[in-house]
Amino acid sequence: MSAIEISHLSKRYGTTPVLDDVNLSVAAGEFIVLVGPSGCGKSTLLRMIAGLEVVSAGQIRIGGTLVNDLPPKARDIAMVFQSYALYPHMSVAENMAYSLRLRHISRQRIETAINAAAEKLGLGALLGRKPRALSGGQRQRVAMGRAIVRKPKAFLFDEPLSNLDARLREHMRAEIKKLHRELGATLIYVTHDQIEAMTLADRIVAMHAGRVQQIGSPLELYDRPANLFVAGFIGSPAMNMFPALFSRRDGRATLVHAGFALALEHDPGLAEGMPLTVGIRPEHIVLGTGRLQGVVDLLEPTGLGTIAHLQLAGTAVKAFCLERLPLAISTSLKMDLPAQRLHLFDAEGARVAQQHE
Amino acid sequence: MLRRILYWSAHYLLIALYVLFALFPLFWLIKVALTPNDLLYSEGIRLWPSRIGLEHFRFVLTNSEFPLFFRNSVIVSCSTALIVSLLSSVCGYGLSRFNFRGKPLLLALMLITQMFPLVMLVAPMFRLLAPLGLTNTLTGLVIVYCAFNAPFATFLMQSFFDAIPKELEEAAMVDGATRFGAFRRIVLPLTLPGIAATAGFVFTAAWSELLFALMLNSSSRASTFPVGLLSFVSKFSVDFGQMMAAGVLALIPACLFFLLIQRYLVRGLTAGAVKG
Repeated sequence: MSAIEISHLSKRYGTTPVLDDVNLSVAAGEFIVLVGPSGCGKSTLLRMIAGLEVVSAGQIRIGGTLVNDLPPKARDIAMVFQSYALYPHMSVAENMAYSLRLRHISRQRIETAINAAAEKLGLGALLGRKPRALSGGQRQRVAMGRAIVRKPKAFLFDEPLSNLDARLREHMRAEIKKLHRELGATLIYVTHDQIEAMTLADRIVAMHAGRVQQIGSPLELYDRPANLFVAGFIGSPAMNMFPALFSRRDGRATLVHAGFALALEHDPGLAEGMPLTVGIRPEHIVLGTGRLQGVVDLLEPTGLGTIAHLQLAGTAVKAFCLERLPLAISTSLKMDLPAQRLHLFDAEGARVAQQHE
Repeated sequence: MLRRILYWSAHYLLIALYVLFALFPLFWLIKVALTPNDLLYSEGIRLWPSRIGLEHFRFVLTNSEFPLFFRNSVIVSCSTALIVSLLSSVCGYGLSRFNFRGKPLLLALMLITQMFPLVMLVAPMFRLLAPLGLTNTLTGLVIVYCAFNAPFATFLMQSFFDAIPKELEEAAMVDGATRFGAFRRIVLPLTLPGIAATAGFVFTAAWSELLFALMLNSSSRASTFPVGLLSFVSKFSVDFGQMMAAGVLALIPACLFFLLIQRYLVRGLTAGAVKG
């Protein structure tokens, strides 16, 4: 049985649709990341699961129970807010104890639970402090502590790391992953950061304009994006895309671009002259050999490798290479776009399946 | 260095002048109240009399109806402050957190009530209260004061609730509280400074109100102290010494009240709630 089951869920504010026919089933113990640009409806979806937003249509089930009309307190979930939302007039310990006190748990057991959570998160020395005396990272920990003191059916995280600086974010990202493994709990995590989504998730739910675009494991989304949106959103630097027409030349399937043509290994069986969008990830572009000629526009060394901005027959492309090639600006070089690395999308933006997949 | 000293001297001099200007009437009130009658008119204008005495206070407390007026004022002002604070907290929360049909209309109506000069309403108020037997009563005054102060106090409270992040209540509700529970345990403690400010504002308004207290009451039984102050003005003379002594006494409850609430007024309670 799945821990959380969402079927045909929709949300409207007045007549403005925010979520449209969302279906998702979360297995017990799974780490799900909802990812998408701001305004895509991911936070609204999370808040609907928490019971903080009214459901316009569809069903939400938690642990098999229909919770559409249940208030948040009856859903047995814990949530970490982007702004942390710590109770400013309560100490760290009182903040963590609040949910347990509401459940009339004995003083002794509350203390045990708080100490266990504090130890897990390294909050031991801060229990007596008020939130205003804590740093951003400490507040974030308290917010997590408040969630883990009880054993809820699911944890909901609403962009918990977006207020932290880059280094701390990276650190907390690993901590959250470790925490999830230790607790073995069901966790739904909202972020706009695709790196967070890739590194944390068991499965990613990519959302755009109120609709689910693709659900799958991080590598599934990376290797086989279902549409142009997912292809462009997941991965940094982003996938290169350019238009081309499908054609058969000398009996061989070929992608015809204004300045070059790319032969495919297998015929995907498309109509002659069909307009396509061709995508290729920067790290899959081969530099130094190949039939194509590119001109170097700009070089961005990252230390790990180099991001080369190139002009390829009037199309700007980015290539990422790990080797330190002797590249110079404005020089031309040989390059190749390997056929088995190309992603094809039709005019509607949906992925065209290829045989090597 | 010299420039710095000059700058700070000017800074403090200006503040001192301002404080002096604001407190001078108060000083004069106390000075006149302490000046014995025989010196009041004979010494001319002096900053401090050559001899001071408490005879005016003694007279006001023992030979006038002032203690009664006082009691009336305390009852009326405290009741008004209490009722209005309660009402405006609940209403302000509703206006701050919920959207409901007719909300803009309600807000407009509340605003309109603040647009009338009070004098215009004296006669209709009297006509309303007289048949109900509420003239010459403290209850009548409390009702009128509540009606006049509630809209503004509600706006005030709404702005205090607006300043408290919604996430705090949501966090409490996810933690297991009902909406009312979240209001009582999380929002209300954080709004205490706001409630104290509102209560202080309403208390002072009721404490110093003269027009309605004068017009709706004809007996000293239900008179408040501002009305009582007027009794020192007779047709042929004004008893300044006793009037000022009564005025000084009238300051005491107001001071006590503000002393009571001032610790809430200065606290920045929401610090640290959300990412600042």
